[in-house]
Order: sequence, then structure tokens, then C-alpha cells
Amino acid sequence: MNWDWQVFCEDTIERQVVQGCFGKNGDVTYLDWLLSAWGWTISVSLCALVIALVVGSIVGTLRTLPDRPWTVRLGNAWVELFRNIPLLVQIFLWYHVVPAIFPALKQVPGFLLVVLALGFFTSARIAEQLRAGILALPRGQRYAGMALGFTTFQYYRYVLLPMAYRIIIPPLTSESMNIFKNSSVAFAVSVAELTLFAMQAQEETSRGIEVYLAVTALYMISAFVINRIMAFIEKRSRIPGFIAAGGSGGH
Amino acid sequence: MKKHLLAFAVAAVAAGSAFAQAGDTLAKIKSSGSITLGVRESSGLGYTLGNGKYVGFHTEMAENVVSDLQKQLGLAKLDIKYQPVTSQNRVPLVQNGTVDLECGSTTNNQSRQKDAAFAFTTYVEEVRIAVKANSGITGIKDLNGKTLVTTTGTTSVQTLRKNKRADGLTFKEVMGKDHADSFLMLESGRADAFVMDGSILAANISKSKAPADYKVVGEVLSVEPIACMLRKDDAAFKKAVDDSIVRQIKDGSLEKLYDKWFMQPIPPNNVKVGLPLSAATKDAWANPNDKPMEAYEVK
Repeated sequence: MNWDWQVFCEDTIERQVVQGCFGKNGDVTYLDWLLSAWGWTISVSLCALVIALVVGSIVGTLRTLPDRPWTVRLGNAWVELFRNIPLLVQIFLWYHVVPAIFPALKQVPGFLLVVLALGFFTSARIAEQLRAGILALPRGQRYAGMALGFTTFQYYRYVLLPMAYRIIIPPLTSESMNIFKNSSVAFAVSVAELTLFAMQAQEETSRGIEVYLAVTALYMISAFVINRIMAFIEKRSRIPGFIAAGGSGGH
Repeated sequence: MKKHLLAFAVAAVAAGSAFAQAGDTLAKIKSSGSITLGVRESSGLGYTLGNGKYVGFHTEMAENVVSDLQKQLGLAKLDIKYQPVTSQNRVPLVQNGTVDLECGSTTNNQSRQKDAAFAFTTYVEEVRIAVKANSGITGIKDLNGKTLVTTTGTTSVQTLRKNKRADGLTFKEVMGKDHADSFLMLESGRADAFVMDGSILAANISKSKAPADYKVVGEVLSVEPIACMLRKDDAAFKKAVDDSIVRQIKDGSLEKLYDKWFMQPIPPNNVKVGLPLSAATKDAWANPNDKPMEAYEVK
């Protein structure tokens, strides 16, 4: 196997190796392009993650409300709708089908649509995890909140949710990492992210192996950074004696 | 005992791959009585009808090449194994011996010539612009400020970039996942123009809901020789393929094939592509050669 890492220093028009690997005067090298693609991947993922956390938290909470059968059903419907349709199909629905029904959406850029699609898809999964987290709490916690005279909003806010979030941090970590990997579907609606870069650059340069290795490394770095951030949060938010720490058993 | 078996298996695999890489494809075809043909599933020059049936101009031409090979090798029977290939895997599959002859829609260019060899050019592709007939766009000069779509993983993206630079145009570039997707963007108004190989544009327009709503306009943006790809350093096999192509040009069977696949109604929908034989392709047939894309100039 003979490597040719020089390929990243070539400009994208004449394929001449550029001094210093970064294009000047409006010229773009494959390295410039790779970094911009990484930027798109990170933007899509982080925006989608914010939407997923906000929507997922709301829907997940709604699904555990007592004596509100219709709110619970609505929440269930949301989860089943977004987790039963493949992600790529959802992207196409947002991009091609929804604008056919609401023509005003034609002007909406692909970036926004993909953020919404990925955000909602992941929100369904987070909602399910949060629901599991809340249901995992002993019933006594809910009753204790009520006995203190808290309203429903208050005992969720001060008693249930703080505990539930701590419980679900590990699956939330995987979900945050997944969002980086799932963002690769954005290429399908012409967001110039890493997967699109890989497909296009390997065709132009015929150096597929180098291109895919570089892209793989960037995906791994992005997902791993999120993993470390979540690990830090998990450590700092741990309550001694409550959440299983170091395998010493639960409460 | 198991160790012996393993050693034997390793040796057999090593011998097999050494044999496959020895570069004597004709001997391999003769001894195995079969040839593996690389074909495309959905392209202007070759596509599938489903159920393992592969058709199209280039696919049928390759079948003619195989029957000439059979005659040359004096085989009573020569099986064709069809192996669908994609833009991503076609070069590695030819290199590692999985595919003996790839006749899809592969552009012969200098960077690919480092990895594989090409037979004589059998089709010259011209990159063109498709627009909606009522858009008022007549050429590249009208594209300033417009949105252009092309397909990810094609050379048209490079062509577009070069033209942008040369003509000082500013246009927005979007990329479809595949040709059908790109055409859908043109159809739904997400893009004003679709820049792609002429045959692909013609095929997509002919298959669309209202073919009269679209037209191919403007100058030829780039010229690309399309040829069958085969393993490097196998002069005897390349000569056999080239001889067959010359035979097909001389006796008019290639032109008949062209007429069948581009000017007559074709399956699965029985619609005409309607792309007349271009001067560039005629020229390539009159002077058979295996020159790469870089040797062609846009006229």
C-alpha cells in the first residue's frame, strides 16, 4: 500500500500541490474543503443535539404525567412516529414531500431541514430514555414531592427530573455520539459535510483510502470529544450513595 | 491435522490470488470457461431490468466482445457472470481480479490510468446543462446567481468549479445523492439547472412525467471519453478487446447498437432517449484510440 497524503495539499481545480497545504486568494485545497466539511458536520450535530434535548425532555416528561391520558398519548405518538421511520427517509420527507404540501418551505435551506429531521429523530429516542429514567425512580419520590405541597410542575422540576437525568446520562452519552454519526445522512440533501466530501473527493482524486481514513478520524474525534464532555458531566453531577458509582451498588 | 488444513488453505488462497494477479486474463477465462463482466445498475450506458438482467448500449457491446473472445479462444461455451459495480468500487474490483472487464460508464482519465487500463473509447460523453424549457436559460452565461444541481461523486462537479473560475460566475451549487435525486431537485424547483453527462440528462428527461417541460441547452462544458476498463499490464487481453471493438465499428454493429439504445424505445418504459450520435463519438469510432480525457479539448 503506497500512501499519498499529499493529496490533501492539492488545490481542487488543477490538482497542483499548494505550498503550506492551505489555498490562498480564493483557491481551495482538499484540506480546506475537509475542514469546512468537518465544520458542517459539527454544526449539524450540535444544532440537532440542542433540538433533540429540548424536545426530547418535553415529550419524555409529558409521557409520564399522571391523570393526563391524552397528553401521554400525544407523547407516545410523537415517539412512535419519529422512531419508526428510517432517518434517511425522514430527511427526504422533509426535503421533498413536505415542501410539496407547503410550498413556502421550498425556500428553507437543506441545513435547517436536516437539523430538524435529525433533532426530532433523536428527540424520540431521548424522550423514551427520559421516560424510562422517571419511571425507574421509586414511587415514593413522587409522593414525597406531593406531600410537600409541590405542584406537578414543581415536583418534576425539583424532585423527579434532577434524579432522572442523572440516571440516563450513560444512554444520553451514546445518543449524543450517535448524532454525530447520524449527521452523515445530511449529504443526501446537499449539506457539504464529511460524507459528501468523502464521496466527492475520492471520485476526483482517486485516493479513496486516504480520504476515507481522514474522514473516519474526524468522525471519531468529534464523537469522542462529546463522550469526554458527557463523562465529565456524569462525574460532576453524581450524588454519592444514589447513582451506582464504580459498581458498588445502588441506593 | 487442523494446522495442516489451515496451511493448505492459506497456500491455496495465496496461489489463487497470485494467479489472479498474474495478469493473464485470457488464460484465466479459458481455464475457467467464464468471464466476469462489471456492469452498472443505473447509468445511461448500462442498467438493470431487475432479476439479474443487465442491458444497455455498453452492456450489449461487452457481450459482443465476449462472444468474439469465445471465438478467439475456441471455447464451446463461455459463461458471463455479471457483477454490478458502483463508482466507488469499480477500480478496486478490476484491480483485484474480481471483475475481468468493466463496461459501464467509466471515464478514461490519467489518474485512473495509473490503476487500470482502458480499451478503445466507445462513447464520448459531453457534459451539458438541463433546464426547464420555460426558464429562459440558454447557456452558461445565464447561470449567474442561479442554483445548479449536480450529482455527488461525479466529475461534473469539477467541471462546474472550473467553469465558475473561468467565467467569473457566481452560482449556488447543490449536490444530489444520485441522478434521480438531482433530477428531482430540478423538477421540484430547488435547482434552476442540472449539470451532468448528456446521456444521463437525456435519459432522465425521457423518463420524467412531462419530457417536453425540459431541455438540454448551451455549450458542451467538458468532453469525457468513456471506455471499458480492464486490468493493467495485460496486453494480450487488451488487444483482444480492442480488436473486437474495431470489428464492431467496422461492420456497423456498434452503430446499430447505438441506434437501438438511444434512438428507439427501450425497456422498461418503452421510451426513447432521443440522443443522436454526437460528432465526438463518431470521431472516436473513426480513429479508435485509448486517449484519456486530458487529451480531449472542449471545442
